[in-house]
Amino acid sequence: MIESKGLTKIFEIKKGADILAVQDLTLSVPEGEVFGFLGPNGAGKTTTVRMLTSLIGPTSGSAWVNRFQVGVDDQEIRRSVGVLTESPGLYERLSARKNLTIYANLYDVGDVDGQVGKYLHMLGLWSRRDDPAGSFSKGMRQKLAIARALLHEPKVLFLDEPTSGLDPEAARLVRAFIEQLRGQGRTIFLCTHNLNEADRLCDRIGIFKSHLIEIDTPENLRKKLYGRKVVFHLRELNPAWLDPIRALPGIQDIECVGQKLVVAMDDPERMNPEIIRLLVDSGADILFVGELRHSLEEIYIQTMQENQEAEAGA
Amino acid sequence: MKHIKTIIDKEWAEVFKNRMVLFTMIFMPLIFTILPLAMLYFTGQGMDEMAAASTADVPVEFLSVCTGDMTGGECMQIYVVNQFLLMFMMLPVIIPVTIAAYSIVGEKATHSLEPLLATPVTTFELLAGKSLAAALPAIIVGWVSFGVFLLALPLIGVSQVVIGYIAGPTWLLAILVAGPLMAIAAVNFAIYISSRVNDPRVAEQISVLLVVPILGLIFAQLAGMIVINLLVMLSFIGGMILVDIGMIYLGATIFQREKILTRWK
Repeated sequence: MIESKGLTKIFEIKKGADILAVQDLTLSVPEGEVFGFLGPNGAGKTTTVRMLTSLIGPTSGSAWVNRFQVGVDDQEIRRSVGVLTESPGLYERLSARKNLTIYANLYDVGDVDGQVGKYLHMLGLWSRRDDPAGSFSKGMRQKLAIARALLHEPKVLFLDEPTSGLDPEAARLVRAFIEQLRGQGRTIFLCTHNLNEADRLCDRIGIFKSHLIEIDTPENLRKKLYGRKVVFHLRELNPAWLDPIRALPGIQDIECVGQKLVVAMDDPERMNPEIIRLLVDSGADILFVGELRHSLEEIYIQTMQENQEAEAGA
Repeated sequence: MKHIKTIIDKEWAEVFKNRMVLFTMIFMPLIFTILPLAMLYFTGQGMDEMAAASTADVPVEFLSVCTGDMTGGECMQIYVVNQFLLMFMMLPVIIPVTIAAYSIVGEKATHSLEPLLATPVTTFELLAGKSLAAALPAIIVGWVSFGVFLLALPLIGVSQVVIGYIAGPTWLLAILVAGPLMAIAAVNFAIYISSRVNDPRVAEQISVLLVVPILGLIFAQLAGMIVINLLVMLSFIGGMILVDIGMIYLGATIFQREKILTRWK
């Protein structure tokens, strides 16, 4: 659905003073995937979205969205994607309905009134349809901007910081709506700073700072960076129990934290029963067993640090 | 065409909710219509005395406009009303500049240009829609004001000779041809200014500088340096066509998606 090969964007600010915003971005986002695009401010995420939505042209490389090529089929790309820009950018003096009607006409929607009504209902804005968008709360404006991006039923959606600046309740509503969209099989390219949101919504994430540093599922990234760890909460911990466990194949590391045993291993589903058996046979009282799950924030920070060190080393 | 219509509809729906724009669109044409009518009415009150006056009372440079059977009074009336012709020509500059300044810089300020540029609307459609939305009201207001002015002339007792001059080729060319040409130049100049500033008021103030050449013409005529006649008007139209070509080129160069998103301040 979204493909890019060596996509690069250089901005020439002054003669001889170029800014490399996006370098050699190669990625593939299949149909129906929610792809999280993470990176610090100024990393080039918005520039990437702008290139993929044919708003600006790449300096080099190529990209395809919905099988249309960026720079060649720009009109078709713009017609077939929905974009939620970082700022809602509504016409504040106009009503919610008028805002959507204008965009429905620009997207050549067949049943303008029907589509406008459908999304006003779906996003809970129907009762305020004739109020100026300028009188809306931040959450309502964001919902109206999301409705605007969906009027023409695009298969691919680019969402740039959809919950930025929203209160928890509004952010939850927007996230629930994105989950609903995911259920409809749409491909979603999500730029966000909210790592919990990315962890919850995204099938895969790309960590990006001018170039793609990592791309994988959150689970694989966890595994890659930290391995998989299981915590055994015991009533009492006897250090003598550690050696038989350490001797099991597939065990990478064991550490004791208070009365807890933290075991790093390749395949917990296969290893856990054996470890539990060993512990019980040794006389341990097991209170709980759970997987130690590193947050996406930890993964992100670790990845960025490693990247910084690698760049400093180079 | 549908996209251009939608852009115009959007511009008008938004811009006409702005009191400043509405004020400019209603107040200025009213002033520019009433003022020459009042001048003609009051000069017409003293017509008996003026009829006795000779063309010696009219600036010598203007005499070429006063044809054979005109009285001195009529010639004086035409001289006076000719100053207002240039004021009528200011309408197609001031009104579109006000609309374009709000429609483009305002859109920049509220960040609504990016979602608009992300739609399938072409750059030509967007530029044409915005330009027409700004220029059409000015052209229509200019024509309507002139129409009202013409219709009111007999009601205030203006002679057929003077009406004949006002409804003659110089004025008609000024209103019907020069006015729209000036509106096009004004819109494209406003677009150019819009790419440099972030405040609609600043854009409006800078763009209104376009009236300076017209003020120059008014003062030049008052000082007797030039007389607006058919030849001057045709030359002016020729010049405006060249200015418009340059301005449209400038506007089209500036109004490009990538430049708007990455280079407009």
